Amino acid sequence: MEQVGQRKIDGLWLTVVGIAVLFFLILPTLIVIPMSFSGASFLEFPPTSFSFRWYTAYFTSLEWMSATKTSLIAAVMTTAIATPLGSLCAYGLHCSTPRIRSTAQILVIMPIVVPVILIAVGVFSLYAKLGLNYTLTGIVIAHTALALPFVIVTVMAGLQNYDFDQELAARSLGASRAYALWTITVPQVKFTIQTGAFLAFITSLDEVVISMLVSGGDNATITRRMFNSLRDQLDPTIAAISTCLIVVSIAALIGVQLIGRSKNVDK
Amino acid sequence: MSSDGGNANAETLQNASTLRSEERRERLTFLGLSMPAVLAILIVVFLPIFWLSSLSFYNAAGEWSMENYARIFESALYRRTFVVTFQISIVVTVICVFLGYPLCYWLTKMPNRTAAILMVFVLVPFWTSVLVRTYAWLVLLQRKGIINSSLMSAGIIDEPLQLAHNLTGSIIGMVHIMLPFLILPLYATMRNIDTDLVRAAVGLGSSPRGAFWRVFFPMSLPGLFAGIVLVFILSLGFYVTPALLGGGRVQMLAQRIESTITVYSNWGAASALGVVLLLLALAMIWLMNRVFGLDKLFMR
Repeated sequence: MEQVGQRKIDGLWLTVVGIAVLFFLILPTLIVIPMSFSGASFLEFPPTSFSFRWYTAYFTSLEWMSATKTSLIAAVMTTAIATPLGSLCAYGLHCSTPRIRSTAQILVIMPIVVPVILIAVGVFSLYAKLGLNYTLTGIVIAHTALALPFVIVTVMAGLQNYDFDQELAARSLGASRAYALWTITVPQVKFTIQTGAFLAFITSLDEVVISMLVSGGDNATITRRMFNSLRDQLDPTIAAISTCLIVVSIAALIGVQLIGRSKNVDK
Repeated sequence: MSSDGGNANAETLQNASTLRSEERRERLTFLGLSMPAVLAILIVVFLPIFWLSSLSFYNAAGEWSMENYARIFESALYRRTFVVTFQISIVVTVICVFLGYPLCYWLTKMPNRTAAILMVFVLVPFWTSVLVRTYAWLVLLQRKGIINSSLMSAGIIDEPLQLAHNLTGSIIGMVHIMLPFLILPLYATMRNIDTDLVRAAVGLGSSPRGAFWRVFFPMSLPGLFAGIVLVFILSLGFYVTPALLGGGRVQMLAQRIESTITVYSNWGAASALGVVLLLLALAMIWLMNRVFGLDKLFMR
C-alpha cells in the first residue's frame, strides 16, 4: 500500500517536471511570434495591440532585404554543393574498408565538434590571404564545409538500411556501376538525401559565428546583421525576422517528416 | 610436382593478382568519391586551424617562443577567462542533466505515439536559430520583461531582478540552447532499454526505486554520458548566447579569442587560447569516442 502511494508520488513528480521542461523548451522559442505582431513601438509581452508594422519595417528595409537575399542565396548554394558532395562521400565511405571508414568518419564529423569560433577565426585568416572575406563565394565555401558532416551522417545512416545486393544484382545484369548507383541506389535512399539537404540549408541559414567574421558589407548575412543589432538594442523588427526564420525551420522540419511518412506508406 | 599442376597454379596466381588489382582499383574509386567532401573539410576546417596553431608559437617579433602560452598562465585576465568558462560550462551541464534526465525518463514511459508528438517540443527549439532563441530570452529577461513584471505583480519582488546582461542570463540562455543536445542521445539510449528487465527486477522483489537505480539508470548511462560530453564541449566554445545575454560582463573563451583578434589584432595570443580550447575539445571527443563510440553517431 505504502509502495503504491510512493509510486504515485514519483509518477506525479515526474509528470510535473516533464511538462515544465517541455514548456521551458518551447515557450521562449515561440514567444517571438506573438511579439512580432505587436503594435507598440517597444517590445512587450503580451502585446496590447495588433499590427503588421514590424513586418512592414522588415520588408521595406533595403539593408534587411539585402541581408535576407545574401543568406538565402548562400543557403541555396550551400545546399546545392554540400548535398551531392556529401552523398557521394557517404556512398564512397559506406563501400570502403572498415579501417578507412572509421578514420574518415572521425575526420568528417570534426566540423561539428570543433568549436566553431576556431573554424571562424581560421577561415577568416585564410580568406584574408585569398581575398575571400566579405564575398558570397567565401560564405558558401565555409558553410559547405560546415554542412557536409550533416549530409554525410544522414546519408550514411540511410545507406545502412539499404540492401546493397540490389545494386550488385543490377550490375550483374549488365548495368554499369554509375548507372546502377543512379537508378537503383539513389531512388531508395532519396529520403535521407533530402533530409541531408534540409539540414544543409538550415545549417547555412542559421549560422552566426563564421558569418559574423567572414561576411559583411553588401554580402552581410541576415544572422550577422541580427547579431550586431541585438548587441546594441532590442529592435522589434527582429521579432518579425525571427518569426520568418522560425517559419522556415518548422516548414523544413514538417517537410522532412511528410516525405518520411509518404515513403513509409509506399512500403 | 607435374608441369600441369604448375600451370594451374600459375593461372590461379594470375587470377588472384587480377582480382586483387581489381579490388584495389575499386577501393580507390570509392576513396575518390569521398575525396571532394573530405578535401573540402580538410582545406576549410583543418588547414586554417593548423596554420593558426602554428602562429601561437611565435612572439610579436616573429621569433619562435612560448611567450603566448606563458601569458595564458601568468595573466590574471586570461586565467579568469578560463575559470569563468569552466564554471559556466559545468553549471550549464549539471542543470541540463537535472532537467533533461527526468524529461527523457518521463517520455520513455509514454506510449510511442504520444512520446513522438511530445518530442516536437524538443525538436522545434533544436531546429530554431540560436540567435532567435537568444533574442527571445533577451526580451523575456529584460528589466521590464514578462518574468520581472509577473514576479512583481505577484508581490514576490519589489524591484526588478537583473536577469539579462549578466551571468544569470547567460546561464539561462545557454541551458535552453544546450538542453536538446543532452536530450537527443539520452532519449535514444533510454528508448532502447528493455523495460521488461525493470519489471523483472520488481517481480523479483525489488522496490520500484531500487529497480530504477540498479537496473534502468546504469543502462541509460552511455546516452547520458554522450549528452554530457556534447553539452560540455559545445559550452566550452560557445560564442553567441553568452556574448549577447552576458552583455559584456561575461567573458568566455570564445569571446576572448574573438575580441583578441578583432579588437587587439593579437593573433599570437588568440591562437594560443585557440590551441588550448582545441585541445580541451579534442580530449573530450577522445573520451567520448572511448566510452560511447563516435561511429554511433552514424547509426540510427
